[in-house]
Order: sequence, then C-alpha cells, then structure tokens
Amino acid sequence: MRFLWQKLGFYLVALWAALTLNFFLPRWMPGNPVDIMVSKLAQRGEVTPATRHAIELLLGMDSSVPIWQQYIDYLQQIFRGDLGVSVAYFPTPVVDVIGQTLPWTVALVGLSTLISFVIGVGLGMLAGWKRGSWIDNMVPSLTLLQSIPYFWLALVLLFLLGSVWQVFPLNGGYDIYTTSPGWTWDFVSSVVYYGTLPALTIVISSVGGWMLGMRNMMVSTLSEDYILTAEAKGLRPSRIRLTYAARNAVLPSVAGFAISLGFVVAGSVVTESVFSYPGIGSALLSSVNNADYALMQGIFLVVTISVLGANLLVDLLYTVIDPRTRARA
Amino acid sequence: MSTATQDPALAAAAATTQPRRRRTLPPMTPKLGVGLAITIVIVLFGTLGPLLVGSPSEVRNIGMTPPSSEFWLGTTQTGQDVFAQLAHATRGSLLIGLVVGVLTLLLSSFFGVVGAFAGGWTDEAFSLFTNVMLVIPGLPLVIVISSYVTQKSVWMVAIVLAITSWAGSARVLRGFTLSVRNRDYVLASRVSGESSWRILTVEILPNLVPLLASQVVFAVIFGILGEAGLSFLGLGATGSFTWGTMLYYAQNGLALRLGAWWWFVPPGLMLAVFGAALALINFAIDGIINPKLRDGTREQRKRWRMTKEQLRESEEEVQ
Repeated sequence: MRFLWQKLGFYLVALWAALTLNFFLPRWMPGNPVDIMVSKLAQRGEVTPATRHAIELLLGMDSSVPIWQQYIDYLQQIFRGDLGVSVAYFPTPVVDVIGQTLPWTVALVGLSTLISFVIGVGLGMLAGWKRGSWIDNMVPSLTLLQSIPYFWLALVLLFLLGSVWQVFPLNGGYDIYTTSPGWTWDFVSSVVYYGTLPALTIVISSVGGWMLGMRNMMVSTLSEDYILTAEAKGLRPSRIRLTYAARNAVLPSVAGFAISLGFVVAGSVVTESVFSYPGIGSALLSSVNNADYALMQGIFLVVTISVLGANLLVDLLYTVIDPRTRARA
Repeated sequence: MSTATQDPALAAAAATTQPRRRRTLPPMTPKLGVGLAITIVIVLFGTLGPLLVGSPSEVRNIGMTPPSSEFWLGTTQTGQDVFAQLAHATRGSLLIGLVVGVLTLLLSSFFGVVGAFAGGWTDEAFSLFTNVMLVIPGLPLVIVISSYVTQKSVWMVAIVLAITSWAGSARVLRGFTLSVRNRDYVLASRVSGESSWRILTVEILPNLVPLLASQVVFAVIFGILGEAGLSFLGLGATGSFTWGTMLYYAQNGLALRLGAWWWFVPPGLMLAVFGAALALINFAIDGIINPKLRDGTREQRKRWRMTKEQLRESEEEVQ
C-alpha cells in the first residue's frame, strides 16, 4: 500500500512539474505571444478587451497582477478544464479540438505501438532461446531498420505504396467523400483502410528495438541457475521458455513499454504530418504554424497528462507481474 | 549455457587458446570494423566535402535534372546542386550530433553518476528530477519551445534536444553506479582513506566507460534523428543545412510526387547508413558491458577450433 502512495506521489510531483513548466515557458521565451495571438484573432472578428485579458491570463502575460497570483489563477483555470479558445479553429474551445483529435491518435499510434511490442517481444524471445538460429540472425538487420529515420521510411513507403502502386490512399483518416463519421460499417472499414499504411510504418520502424532488448534479456536470463535447475528437473522446453525464462526476461521490456507510451503522442506528430492524419499531432503542428499558443499549451498538457496516466497504469501492472517490487516497498 | 563449458573436451579446447587479457578496447569484429569504416568515411565527407564542392544554395535555371556528370546527384527544383547540399548537410548534422552527444554525456553523468555516488538526500532529489524529466514527453516539449523562438541557431536546437533527452541515460548510469558503489573493493578503498573524488574518478568511472560510450553513441543517433525530424516539420534551425532540412525542402518541392528520387533518397540514406554504423559500434560496446551476450555464440565456439561434429554435439547438449 505504501508503494502505491509513493507512486501516486511521484506522479503528482511530475504533473505539477509539467504544469509549472507550461506556465513558465512563455515567460522565459523572447517575443510576446499575446500580441501575435490578438492580431491573429483580429483577422477573424472583433477582439474585446475581455478576450485580450483572457489570453494574457492564459499565457501568463498579465503584468498588472503579481506572478504568484497569475500562477494560482492559471492552476484554477486548468482544474476547471478551461484551456481557452483556439485561434486556428476559431471559435472552437481548445478542449473541443483536443477531444476531436485525440481518439484518432490514440487508436492509430497506440494500437500500432502495442502490435509492435507484442511482435517484437515474441520474436525476441524466440531469438534469445535459440542463439544463432535464423530468427537470431535477423536481429542485427532489424535493428538497422530502426536507424532509418522514421519519417523518411514513411515517405518512401507512401511514395511506393501510395503513388507508384496505389495500394493505399495518400493521406487522411477516412474517405471524406463517401463516408461520414459514425459507427457504421462503411466508416469503420474506411478508417481501417486509411490507417493500415501509417500503422505499418510505425510497426516496421519500432519492432527491431523491442526484439533486440527482449533477445538480450532472454540470453542473460537463460544463464541463470534456476533455468539450469528447471532443465535438470526435466521440464518441457516450452515451459522453461515461457514460464521460467520469458516471464523474467520481459520485465525490462514492460518498463520500456511504459516509457515508449510517452512517444506514442510524440511520434504521432511526424506520422500525422506525413500522412495528414487528423490526430492530435496534426493539431499541434497547425497550432505551431498559426501561432496558436492556447491550443499548443493545451495539447502539451493533455499529452503530458496522458503519458503520466499511462505510466502510472503500467507501474501498477508491474506490481502484479513482478511481485518483487511489492516486497521491496 | 554453462553445461557446454563444463564439458572436459571443450575446457581443453578453450585452454589451448591464449590467456585472456583485460579488455580495454572492444575486440575487432567484422561488425565493429564495418561500423567504424562507415563512420570515418561519413565524417571525412562532412569535414572535407564542403571545401571541395560549389555553393549549395546557388540557383540555376536547370531545375529537377537527374544525376549527370556535372551534377553527381542531380539538381533540386531551383537548380541547386544536390551533391553540394549533401556535403554541407552532412557537416550540419554531424555538428548537431556531436553537440547533443557531449551535452547529454555531461548532463546524464552529472545527474546519474554523481547523484548515485553521493547517495542519501542528493540521490533522492537527482533521481526524482531525472524521473520527472523522463516522463515529460520530449518531442512535444521541443516543438513548444522551438515555436516560441523564431530565430534559432544550430546550437539552440542542439541544446534543446540535449535538455529533453538526457534523462533516460542518466537513469541507466545511476543504476550501474549504484551497483558498483556497493562493491567490496570500493568499500575497501573508502576504508583505506581515499578521498571521495579519487574513488569517483579512479575506482568507479573506469567501470562506467563502456556504458558511457554506448550512451553517447545513442545520444548522437538521437540528436541527429531528432534534429532531422524537427527540421522536417519545419521547426529546425533557420538558414542551416542538415539532412533534415534537405528532406524538408524535398518534401515541399514535391520531390516525391515528381519522382525526383535523387533529391529525397540521398539525405535519408545518409541518415540511415550513419545511424546503422553507430548501431554496429554499439553492438561491439554491448559485448563489453554484458559479457553474457558475447560468450557461447556460434562464432566464439568456432574459434575454439572444434570440428563440426563437436559443435553439433555441444549444441544438442545445450538444448
């Protein structure tokens, strides 16, 4: 139980750090985002002094109030779920923009990361179990695949499978001409069809890393004494492989998976930029291009919070699969 | 695996090989050789290349020509020499990698090694800070920071990348330092009255060198790829030439749709080949850090001069 509280405490500290960073960043940086935002807003309609004040509050640029007061106001605003109004998608509130784009990213990048993890760990287990087999010899070449910059791999695959052979669509999240969002068969199949190529690029570029890590841990675990004991007892090799070796070898990979969840949304920026996918990464980019600081900060916050939440979940899961972490606490 | 070495025949075969010396440098394997060779060629190209080629930004009225004897890698949409651009881009990207590597080394060894060595309250604070930095997503933070700064130099981009990427390797270093710190010989030198500074630099640091080397190689790869990604999104350093900016201009100049492969393939290939070369070097370093990965491989057993039958027998025994 104490372990649980420690974990919760840590994530609260991390959350506070992220919120504070988000608050202080606009102040540390040169330039005045408020003027840029107000001039952007003015192009689309009248800007009332109240709006300007709201922007100042949001960006921490209100010079009439002492800084600690601004900080408290900012925290209160965040906890009310008020992230301001987007400029790029004016007059939609930032919260709505994020609500529309987040599911796309979580579904696409989250699922493909999970698929890549499962395939990579599975192959790594087999490679470590039989050193020198053909699967094991695949490891170096698969790791080399990893050094190919992701966006370049995606571009080349898009060029080959989208332009040259036209197997997959060039961009977008679904067929906007013949289907409309909803839980219909047409829409869902269209989403799957449009999402296959982006998902494929993510899996190809990340599977090698999982495989290498799992393979190396498997090799280390196999030289432990308890494996020898298990062999001496005459257990079936498949049982030794799965229950004795793989179960222990997979632990660092699970911890790595938690960290890689942070890259789900981070990596999605590049993926979605290449494939023009309607996710949160595209929204982040368009907010940067439009100097939409409210949306940018909002997305950064949501990304951080989801990463922290995912990490917390994996930490809790870890106590279930590795009892030693419970015993130590 | 240990069953194999307990076999008397194998032990005898192993005994005939030369006595093992302490390894300070990784053994020269084919992998390491290829990795080093590629790295050296690319570094030479990046340092000497820009001196030998013409101006990378000179505009000519021959746009999008395929490779020819005059322009080895063809021209861009506005008639710029792709080969000249590639030489300058190589220099830019290598510079970024170098700066990110050095900064990451400094930051991660400060927070990882010093924290773990000092122990107590300092360690708690450093470790908390590292873990917080680890869970705050890096790329979005980089994007947010770089969007506030409109005029960015190459140094600025490198520093931002280093700040957001040191935490992972600090955690690795901390774990390893903790295990070294509690070994008997360190305790012995403490008892014999060596100063903390001497214990840190003479007793502990040499053990960390392979790990540090591999972390630096990772940091260089990360820095170069990170900068490329950032530049590709149009958020890189202003007015610089890197592999990432080349790809950005190629993408914006519709090189893909027009099939101008000579424009977008070379920078991507350079990134991939350089990354692969560094990864190969890291394989060799991994063998030092974790000897279990090295021993008992097929290659190793062949070196013990066993016949094929013996090799097969020993492998059957292992399984």
